[in-house]
Amino acid sequence: MMRFRNGDLLVTLALLIALPTVLPNAYWFDVTIRMGLAGIAVIGLNILMGFAGQLSIGHAALLAASAYTSAILVARYGLPSALAIVIATAGVTLISYGLARPMLRLRGFALAIGTLGLGIIVQIILVNEVAWTGGPDGMVVAPLQLGPWTISGERQWYVLVAFLLFLAIVSSLNLFGSPAGRALRALNGSEIAAQVAGVDTSIMKIRAFTAAGFFAALAGALTAHYSGFITPDLSAFMRSVEFATMVVVGGRGSTYGVVLGAVLLTILPQALGGTGEYEMIVFGLILMLTVIFLPQGIVPTLVAALRGKGA
Amino acid sequence: MSDFLQYVFSGLTSGSIYALAALGFTIIFNARNVVNFAQGSFLMLGGMITATLITAKVPLPFAVAAATVITVIIGGLVQRLAIAPVKDADPVNLVIITIGASIFIDGIAAVVFGKNQHMVPAFSGDHAIHILGATLLPQSVWVMATAAVLMAGVSWYFRATLAGKAMRAVSINSNAASLVGIRPDRTVLVAFGLSAFLGAMAGAVASPITTTVFDIGLLLGLKGFVGATFGGLGSAVGAVVGGILVGLFESLVAGYISTSYKDAVPFVLIIGILICRPQGLFGSRVLDRV
Repeated sequence: MMRFRNGDLLVTLALLIALPTVLPNAYWFDVTIRMGLAGIAVIGLNILMGFAGQLSIGHAALLAASAYTSAILVARYGLPSALAIVIATAGVTLISYGLARPMLRLRGFALAIGTLGLGIIVQIILVNEVAWTGGPDGMVVAPLQLGPWTISGERQWYVLVAFLLFLAIVSSLNLFGSPAGRALRALNGSEIAAQVAGVDTSIMKIRAFTAAGFFAALAGALTAHYSGFITPDLSAFMRSVEFATMVVVGGRGSTYGVVLGAVLLTILPQALGGTGEYEMIVFGLILMLTVIFLPQGIVPTLVAALRGKGA
Repeated sequence: MSDFLQYVFSGLTSGSIYALAALGFTIIFNARNVVNFAQGSFLMLGGMITATLITAKVPLPFAVAAATVITVIIGGLVQRLAIAPVKDADPVNLVIITIGASIFIDGIAAVVFGKNQHMVPAFSGDHAIHILGATLLPQSVWVMATAAVLMAGVSWYFRATLAGKAMRAVSINSNAASLVGIRPDRTVLVAFGLSAFLGAMAGAVASPITTTVFDIGLLLGLKGFVGATFGGLGSAVGAVVGGILVGLFESLVAGYISTSYKDAVPFVLIIGILICRPQGLFGSRVLDRV
């Protein structure tokens, strides 16, 4: 697969450029932009969950923290929105770095609970600090301004999100093949074996957590300015489960896989007509069925099947 | 002083519910080494089915019995259909499956019972008992007594019955247990049934206090899980003590510091505990197998 990497990227680029010509209306542009934003977030989560094998079910909290930070910086302190996004992303990345060391001392279930606890704490703060966040009713977010231009309308947002998603894919693929990526994947196999082979597992885990935090923060701040309105629901447990599902369904460790996961699971609620309870039933079912029947996820299973035939 | 006693009463009441949830987690964890995120859904089902049957004029004891039986069957189905088919031992995969099961069950409950709150009348009236200036509602007594009886029952089951001893054997060494003729998969099924039973009883007896809604299981289950981890995952005594402590802390924080941050208490507590003492209060040190 490595040999075809540049080919893969060209195909991806062509797809991203061609997509706007086939999207029929503003509604599908909107769905596509949301896929792209989710894609950026899960590329980060995949570095933690797929490469390094650390389960996080509080990822939405990082997105929400960044979304609110950026929104508050603009609303309260009158910062230009582009600068607010940069500060929010940098700030939440830094917080992830700070949290990484204590969090990653936890393993397996304990890490799942730790990240989940973090998510619930963030949500409780967002609901209760009404003066800052508007409480459960949420808050309005200013549109994104880049210098003199306001990014508005689906087409401009599409270009921005597609560009950032492409950058995220390139950096994730590069990381996958690099020595750091291999060290992370070794850690996924067996932490002790990786240590024996000379990998400094705690530093690698901290880096993975920080990278995941960066992508989540970027996606979160962009989501806030794109949608124009945010509520504490951004950090809900269900949102974190959705991100984890995208990674598991698409294929842990596969960059294209998790992006496919983001695409599929963003379309799904639209297909279900947006009623929460059916969404829950189908999400739950997909999670269980994928792990039982396709434990590697869609893309790695397909790749293995194609290789099997070729050999 | 009477304030303090009041907070202790309310802490012991919610703590008893968390302790039962924690015990359910521990039983399944010992049998299959998996953290069952669907435990909270068992509590939700116990409360929801009881509430629905009572609205349909079914007498209380029958309503609770039916809720318990249905939940136990669902618990068994979760094990048979979602846990048993997975042969690979990766705990992360099993955790993801139980998260899926929990969302699935909650979603079905939202469709079947609706998304609104369901009320259950108190089992024996609202005539408060006064003790040293604090009041204790009869339903709180029901909750604590039920928890005490169930805990004693579980302790007897593990100590005195063959099935209970088999379950302990599996939790110590599943391979060795199967060598002496214990079937681990059957034991895991019994563990899910037992946990569902505890969950349903806890959910039913708590429902007059908490009222009940399709997604109440998430928070109840998580707090139970915090209790189980707090006490040391795998230790039954730890689960009970941990669950009760979580309830007490929560209630004292709500009373003396802030009501709005009460739900954050267990999670702040657990992150602190996990980082300082990952094995919990009563757990033994965990070693990695290479």
